[in-house]
Amino acid sequence: MASLARVPGVAFLLVALGIVFSIFAHGFATLSNLLNIGIQSSTLLLLALPMTFIIMTEGLDLSMGAVLGLTGVILASVLVAGNSLIAAFGAALGVGLAFGIANGLFVVKLGLPPFVTTLGTLGIAQGMALVLTGGESVAGIGPALPKLYASKWAGIPFSILVALSMYAVFHFLLYYTRFGNYVFAIGGNREALVLAGVPAGVFHVSVYALAGLMAGFAALLLTGRMNSGHPTAAMGMEFDAIAAVIVGGTERQRGNGWLPGTVLGVLAVGVLRNGLNVMALPSSLQVASIGLLLIAALLIDSIRRIKP
Amino acid sequence: MKYRLIGVALIVLALGLSSHAFATPSNLLNVLRQASLIFLSASGLTLVIVGAGLDLSVGANLGLSACFAAAAIKATGTLSSGFAAGVACGIAVGLLNGLMVTKLRVPPFIATYGMLWMLYGVNYWYMKGDTIYGFPPDFRALGSGDLLGVPIPVYLMTIGLLAGGIFTRYTTYGHEVYAIGANAEAARLSGIPVGSRLILLYTLSGAMAGLAGVIYLARLNSAEAGIGSPLLLPAIAAVLIGGTSLFGGSGGLAGTLIGAIILTLVLNGMNLLGINSNWQPLVTGVIILIAALIDSVTRRHAELHA
Repeated sequence: MASLARVPGVAFLLVALGIVFSIFAHGFATLSNLLNIGIQSSTLLLLALPMTFIIMTEGLDLSMGAVLGLTGVILASVLVAGNSLIAAFGAALGVGLAFGIANGLFVVKLGLPPFVTTLGTLGIAQGMALVLTGGESVAGIGPALPKLYASKWAGIPFSILVALSMYAVFHFLLYYTRFGNYVFAIGGNREALVLAGVPAGVFHVSVYALAGLMAGFAALLLTGRMNSGHPTAAMGMEFDAIAAVIVGGTERQRGNGWLPGTVLGVLAVGVLRNGLNVMALPSSLQVASIGLLLIAALLIDSIRRIKP
Repeated sequence: MKYRLIGVALIVLALGLSSHAFATPSNLLNVLRQASLIFLSASGLTLVIVGAGLDLSVGANLGLSACFAAAAIKATGTLSSGFAAGVACGIAVGLLNGLMVTKLRVPPFIATYGMLWMLYGVNYWYMKGDTIYGFPPDFRALGSGDLLGVPIPVYLMTIGLLAGGIFTRYTTYGHEVYAIGANAEAARLSGIPVGSRLILLYTLSGAMAGLAGVIYLARLNSAEAGIGSPLLLPAIAAVLIGGTSLFGGSGGLAGTLIGAIILTLVLNGMNLLGINSNWQPLVTGVIILIAALIDSVTRRHAELHA
């Protein structure tokens, strides 16, 4: 049992979900559906990777879904106006980064609690998206993005390839760079870092900036998948990301982060949504089930902590 | 508090000068009616925040309670059943929040944010895209009726304010809430049962959200699954403008009342000036950030001079 205890709970969960859906959800365990889960999960992974860093530093970003919605609308609008995909992508990245930096400055430099800061920027991003579009979809984005999104490289769909490479980047950042060390340290003991003369504030702001940037990046995949921009398309996706990170075993205290766990958490959320979808459960109940998944994970976590 | 009242006066003056429709008795009463709904949904939340907790589920809870109340009234034909269903739903949700925060030790914003999405999910599933509308006049009077020329929600707001004031000022429970918010560990060591007090606070917040849901239903005369979603940001904004600190231990319901009035004046003014309602979340977001900033600055100032 000693070796079993070391296996993260999310791995058991993923296997259990896979077995249950293979039995009860007809059409779940097919190659095309599994590939589908990967494609659907890639957007979420782009949000969950930086969210892991943020949660490790005892923070939270509730604005990511709204910023993703806004940058998606901007990406689509710039494309509709006849500009190149690179310009549109650049605009989305820029706006996302601006929101991320703003969040970081409010939290780190002005000392506001993260949830209220990002709740405020959530309102601002959502409002901007609504004002820009009047609440309507932005369609007619031209062929460039759909073509890129549909492309395959060595048989791997574009979105999965993007997700894999972004994972590699974040893994490298967290485990092989000074920035990564500081991310662990900010969550563990920020005071010590400051006393050691490290400009912890700059790194701390960068963590939020990275989250905004990735929300803008994710707009590429979201807009590619939907073939249009919609202001409320990603509403609540930050909750899926938070759930994935916590289910994946990252703790809010002591900088205890585990990036591979986030991938498993994202897959668990993806499998749950997909499996319930295949079983024709309405999407409203899928949202509720992710809430239950999160509570179950936290429950198991607290039981494990009580019983050493 | 003085600055906030001056703020109200300035906004009223500015709106009175820029819009002829503003300073009419019917519009001012309308502002009060609107503010009282925000106040009711934010009142329990205020006490939770005073206790250094957070309840992000108030909007979603309000929505689900309103839908359950609507369904109960349609099913039984009696108003009391709707009232009971709405408030019971609110209480159940609040109790769950309290248990998650105290027993499972889930950070309040994660627990109640998770609850928010679960409630949305349940509500959309329950309503199946339907709208329940058309209620008896005596029920609608709760939200849109007047008594002696004053909107009925305003009476409810006054009752809530007085009851809350007595609770926070003159009961041991009330004092304990402030003690917990200021320093939970110190409160525990001095013998206050912190866990059960917090459960009570979250339950109270849920109950007020449920009650606000019933009143909101009476006002709108229709219920659909998305009914509560635009109400979370205003509730949080009202609490923050009202000067209740997010760090816990200070603030109160009178502030939230003023906060609700200020927010309603701003939104009402935007309406009268013909600004599209799509701007509302943006403006509310900016207000939340400014209010939180003021909170943080005053706190640091107080710490420096302590």
